Formats: sequence, structure tokens, C-alpha cells
Amino acid sequence: MFAQVIWFPSQASTTAARVDQLLYLLTTVCGIVGLGVAVVLIYFSVRYRRRRNTPTPAEMRGNTPLELTWTITPMLIFIVFFVLGAIVYFDAYRPPDDATEIYVVAKQWMWKVQHPEGQREINELHVPVGQSFKLMLTSEDVIHSFFVPAFRVHEDVLPGRYSSVWFKATQPGQYHLFCSQYCGTNHAGMVGTVTVMEPADYERWLHLNAEGSMALEGRKVFLKYRCISCHSADENARAPVLEDLYMRPVHLRDGATVIADDDYIRESIYDPGKKIVLGWDNLMPTFRGQVSPEEINQLIAYLKSLHRGETPQRVEEFTPPVATPPINTK
Amino acid sequence: MSIAIPRENYLNTTTGVMSWLLTKDHKRIALLYLITVTLMFFLGGVAITIVRLNLMTPDGTLVSADTYNKLFTMHGVIMVFFFLVPVVPTVLGNFMLPLMIGAKDLAFPRLNLASWYLFVLGGVWSLYAMLAGGLDTGWTFYTPYTTSSSHSNVIPALIGIVIVGFSSILTGLNFIVTVHRLRAPGLTWWRLPIFVWTIYATSFMFILALPTLTMALILEIVERLWGIGIFDPALGGDPLLFQHLFWFYSHPAVYIMILPGMGIVSEVIPCFSRKNLYGYTFVALSSFGIATLSFLVWAHHMFVAGISLYAAMIFSFLSYLVAVPSAIKVFNWTATLYKGSISFEAPMLYALGFVCLFTAGGLTGLFLACLGMDMHVHDTYFIVAHFHFIMVGGMVMAYMSGLHYWWPKMTGRMYSEWWSKLSAIIIFIGFFLTFVPQFIVGYAGMPRRYNHYPPEFQVWNVMSSAGASILGVGYILPLCYLTLSFWYGKPAGPNPWRATGLEWQTPSPPPTENFEVTPVVVRGPYEYHVEKAQNEV
Repeated sequence: MFAQVIWFPSQASTTAARVDQLLYLLTTVCGIVGLGVAVVLIYFSVRYRRRRNTPTPAEMRGNTPLELTWTITPMLIFIVFFVLGAIVYFDAYRPPDDATEIYVVAKQWMWKVQHPEGQREINELHVPVGQSFKLMLTSEDVIHSFFVPAFRVHEDVLPGRYSSVWFKATQPGQYHLFCSQYCGTNHAGMVGTVTVMEPADYERWLHLNAEGSMALEGRKVFLKYRCISCHSADENARAPVLEDLYMRPVHLRDGATVIADDDYIRESIYDPGKKIVLGWDNLMPTFRGQVSPEEINQLIAYLKSLHRGETPQRVEEFTPPVATPPINTK
Repeated sequence: MSIAIPRENYLNTTTGVMSWLLTKDHKRIALLYLITVTLMFFLGGVAITIVRLNLMTPDGTLVSADTYNKLFTMHGVIMVFFFLVPVVPTVLGNFMLPLMIGAKDLAFPRLNLASWYLFVLGGVWSLYAMLAGGLDTGWTFYTPYTTSSSHSNVIPALIGIVIVGFSSILTGLNFIVTVHRLRAPGLTWWRLPIFVWTIYATSFMFILALPTLTMALILEIVERLWGIGIFDPALGGDPLLFQHLFWFYSHPAVYIMILPGMGIVSEVIPCFSRKNLYGYTFVALSSFGIATLSFLVWAHHMFVAGISLYAAMIFSFLSYLVAVPSAIKVFNWTATLYKGSISFEAPMLYALGFVCLFTAGGLTGLFLACLGMDMHVHDTYFIVAHFHFIMVGGMVMAYMSGLHYWWPKMTGRMYSEWWSKLSAIIIFIGFFLTFVPQFIVGYAGMPRRYNHYPPEFQVWNVMSSAGASILGVGYILPLCYLTLSFWYGKPAGPNPWRATGLEWQTPSPPPTENFEVTPVVVRGPYEYHVEKAQNEV
């Protein structure tokens, strides 16, 4: 009658086995305690059931050493659970340095994936075994949650910021991708497939109909929106130089310092007035509604690859913005 | 000597609809609440029946996706805000608190009636919003979905919940003042029954935590109505802020639900094993331990929501800490049975069922407090199963235990013993069959709030739905035999369980002013070894 029965999710990532070990440990300890309580409860219920001649039981006051025993023992066991769980959790959210970044944009009700090599997918994610991937997740509308049970990977996807989680797949195969945070009508339809491939197959797949790398696409975006007319890295620049910016500290006009990470870059495009770089004026208009979240991701990829002296030449036929403010004299 | 219903009691001193709708008697108000919340419980039950039917097949084609979303939202909203949170304080607490402390009524009888009217107003308001047009946000109202994306009746439903919140805040205030001011002579703090302790602790949580929910919901209304950016990042808000505010109330709310249940069980187990409650002081203090710690664990609902790893670590640790007082209670209840003289009437069966299911629910809570585990099972059916073990297996079992324990006091009549034992067993079995499969399918990866799902999850869903039908029967039975007993039950007499509490030292049903002579308390609450304690009437 039923097609398949699933008892246990597949173990397809390095994290999966560790989460399952926690499950085995907790199930064993809690199982023993739970069964113990049940057995004692049943035993007492049978042994001390009321019979015709049962006398009125004697008074039994508490016993402080006993109370302390069953207060402190659980606490010690809990501390072990806590430490082991925290280690697995920490490792699951702190990617190794060699992790490749994949950008995922969620919206009602689909997943859009951008690989650094330029491949783009919808409701699918292809990855090879044995390589670490860091997912940079963001949402266009409401909160979603990226959940791949076979990887034991789970992270909410928030609008307006990036969240991240990483994994290293270990078993080739096809696995479910679920949205696990309720997101409206078609929440249950916001599902996809994660395909784990052998590295050679993955290489082949990467070069199927890829247009250009994500950074290259980002460069096109950079030119398309004429970012270059101000961020030109020459004497006419009206805005900060963006070369070697990614993950570097930026000094702000209000005295604060921020790291130029994904969130900062995204905010500087959507809300340019929020954090103004020291020495520059607030000239930039918002690009909210013009630059899509995926284009933002491409721009970030481009900035990551943009090193000293690589800013493209300003193309003079681009007219500068109509109400050009006075050029910063600094 | 034949037992008879006292000729004049609170049920028949005055007659007519208005004598009920304008009553200031806490016992009558408790019955008004009983009718209201029972209605709510079955409405919430109807909604989940359709949900479970829809989940029998993987493609879930019984109702549309939108209808499905509205149904589980309705189930959650009704069960949490209109049943689980208010039920024990407003029905059993309202009825029993003054009787258990030897008072004539609550401190503010008019306020008590006003609380019921607020409850009805909020309830009708929300129900109308959810039935006419519907609400599809889930009972958690996460932003920005609720404020910016949902096309359903969000604002009216939220207003109703805000109103009901005030009802609970006022009830809490009333209980605190009553416990402080109206205890009978000789009833010192350490002679208070545990049920009074837990209701007292719960009342503090109402007053301290509920205003946060009220504010959070009003902020949502403001954002949705006027587009003022509070939670929606597109308007400059912070989506996680709402989750922090919401769980700052809604985690304590879990303990608001379960604490009074623990109080009930602490009354019932000593009575039916004829023993004093083991470790009375530890049980009483652990209630306040739970109440205090429960305010410090809210972000364990947000381990995968993008909060800082270090914050998650602190909240995981504190979540383990809050489990300790619960463990203390379980061990003390079990120890109370030791060398007792145990009998198995319906209240005791429910109470033992509570201990089993609550223990299972508590132990699976340890899985969720474990960061590395929660990361996988968050927002899956594992969570659903866990909190139903606590709230339904624990809380509803305890409520049924209390209802059966005090029913003779409330109505003066006994219900059918055979049917009541049968339904306790049916509920216990049905519960297990419903929710154990959900643990398995949850760990296998099935997310919550899905109206259709991959076919490999079907077996577990069919099992769960089958169990739910048994559970449903288990809940309909008490509705029938308790209702019938109200008119046809045998008179119970003042103290059918030979219990020691003050509430049993007055006729059943009690007169309007509760006690003919104000009782004087000379001993602790559970002195079953003192023969005299059970016979004082």
C-alpha cells in the first residue's frame, strides 16, 4: 500500500553522523531514565496497591540528601549533553577556511542558487562529495528556512541580511531540500532537490551552459548600473574606491569601524545613507527595487575579486547622474 | 446514613440566566469558564481533525493549501490562547483557590466576572476573524510574514488575542491578592497546598510575561496598519525582534500551562496513595524555580534563526537548567507512591498518565535543548510531538485529573466510575499512537505545517491520524459522562475521596459563601496519616 517507509534520514554529510551520535547518546540515557521512571511507577502501583487490610501509611517526610542527589545528578548529566551539543553546533556553523561560497536567495516559494562559477539553479543544488560549501542565505520577502535533512543542515533565511551554514557532502545521491519556516500558501511546495555528485561529474556539470563566473556577471552589473561613474578609483571619483575592500575594516564618518562583509555591502547599496565612509558625502541614491538580491550577490562576488588597479575605466559616454553634487574636494 | 445534595448550594440559591451572567460567585464564574473553554477545546479539535485527515495522503488534496494553513493556525491559536493557557487557572483555580485557602471568594469578585467577559469578547472576536476570512499566520505570528505578506484577517484576530491577554492578567492579579490577603487563620505559607503554590507562581507569570505579548502584537498591528517599520526589514525593521518578544512571553507560557497541572497532580497523588507529598518544600520551591528560569530561556526557539552562536550557547545551558526543577518534581511524585496505599480511581489514572507522558515530554525536551540536535529537528514534527507531549500529554491529562478529582465538589455528584477509567486509558493509548510516530517522521525530516509531503513519510502520518481518532473518542467520552452526571450522578457527599484539603471540609456543592464557619487550619496540606484530617467536615 505504501511506496516506501522511512525510519531514519540518510547520512550524507560530515555533520550528519555527529548529530546522529548525539541522538543515540540522548536516546540511550533518556530512554533508561524514562523507562526507569515508568518501571518504578508501575512497580510501586502494583506493590503498594490498596488491599482490604492495608493500614494507613506512615508519614514520610522528605530526605534532603536524597533530594540533593536527584537534583545534582541530572544537572551533571545535562552539562554533558550541553557541552557535546554545543560542540556539534559550533562546528556546523563555523565553516572551514577552504569552503566555497554558494549564494542562495529564497522567495515565496522558490530557492534560487548561484554558484561562484556562474551556474544558476532554481529549486536544485548540485554539489560534489568531499568539498566544503558555505551557504550565504538571504530572502527577498519573508523568513524561510533552508533544511536538508540528509545533511542535518538547517538555517533560517532572513530578509535584509545574510545568514550562513556550511556542509561537506559524503554520499552521492539525491536528497530533499525543504523550507521549514512557515512562509505562506505554498510553504509545502517550497521544496527542492540537492544532488550530490562525484567530483568528476560535478566538474562536467559546472561547465554545462554556464555563462560566466559570478564575479564576471557582477562586473556586468557594476557597469550596467553605472556604479563606475562615482566609484571610479581616479581623480574624478565621487565615492570610495572599492578595490580590495571585501572583509577589510572601513572607517565611518561617525567614528565607528565596520568590516566590509556581505551585509555591509548589501546595506550600502540599499541604504547608502546608513553608514557613510569617513571623508565622503552622502551622495548615493538607494538602489532598492532596482538591483535584485541576486545581482547584489553577483556584485559581492565581483568585489571579492576586485584587487588594486582593477577598477574598469570609466566609459565617458555614460552621463553622470543628473543632479551631480559638487565633487568632494578631499 | 444516605448522602444527599445539600438543599441550598451555590447552584440553586438564585435562578435565571441573569443570576449566572451577573454572578460574582467565583464558583459560578468557574462554571461559565468551564463551558467557554470546553467549547473552545472542541472547536480547536475540529480544526485539527481536518488537518489530520488531510495528512492521510502525501498529496493532501482534501482541502486547499490556504484552507489547510488557516486550519492549523486556528487549531494553534484556539488551543494555546483560548484553552491551554487559561483552562486550569480560570476553571479549577477560580473554583478551588478560595475553597482551598478557606476564603469566601476571590479578593475582587467583580474583576473576576469582568475577566470572563473580556475572555468571551476576545474569544468571539478572534473566532469570528478566524472563521470569516480566516487567519493563516500560524499561532506564532512570525514577522514579516504576518505584517507584510499574509492576506488574511490578521488585525482582528490579534486584537482578540490582546483582549484575552488582559483577561488573564486581571485573573493573575486577582489570584495573587487572594493568596496574600484571604488565607484562613492558621494557613501559613508552608501549609498551602501545592496547587495553590503553582497557581500563585502562574499568576506572577501572567502579570510579568503577558504584557510583552500584548505589546508585541500591538506593534504588529501598528506595522501592518500604518507601515511603520518595526519588524519588516523592507521598512527598516528587524524580523528577529518579534521572535524575541514573542518567545519572551510564549516560553513562560509553556510553564503557565504546565505549572498548574503539576499542582493538580501534587494534590491527586497524595490523596490516592494516602500519603503526604514527598519533599513538599522542594516541590513548592521548584515551582518558583521553574517560574523564574522560564523567563531566561526564550531564545531556545531561535537556535537556527540566525542568532549569535554564543547567545545560543547560553540559552541552551539555561534550558537544561530549567529541566532540573521538573525532574525534581517527577522524582518526588514517584517517591510519594512508595509504601503508600494506592487506589486507581479516574483522577489517579489521569495523574499517573500525566507523570508518564510529562516525563517523556520532558526527556525529549532535553534533545531540543541540545544545540547539535535542535539544529536538525527544529521546525520538524519532532518539535510538534515534543510540545504535544508536554501540553496535551502533560497539561491536558493533568486538567482531566483535576476535573475528575474536583468534579464531585463542583457539582455534588459522582460520574460513572467505569466510563471514566475507560476514557483515561483510551486517552493514554490514543495519545501515544498519535504522537510517537511524529517523533520518528520528524527526525526523518518532515517539516511542520506542510499540507503535502514526500510519500515516504506517509506511513507515520497515517498512524498518527489513526491514533488521533482514538484520542478524539477519548475526549468525547468525558464530555458525555460528565455532562450526564451533572443531572443524573449519585450524590457525592462532602468528601468522597477522604481527602485532607480545606475544600473538602464543606458540603458538595458548597454554599455560596463556601464555608458556614471560617475554618481554622492546624496542620499541613497532606497529613493523610492523621486519621482526623480526613474526617473533619
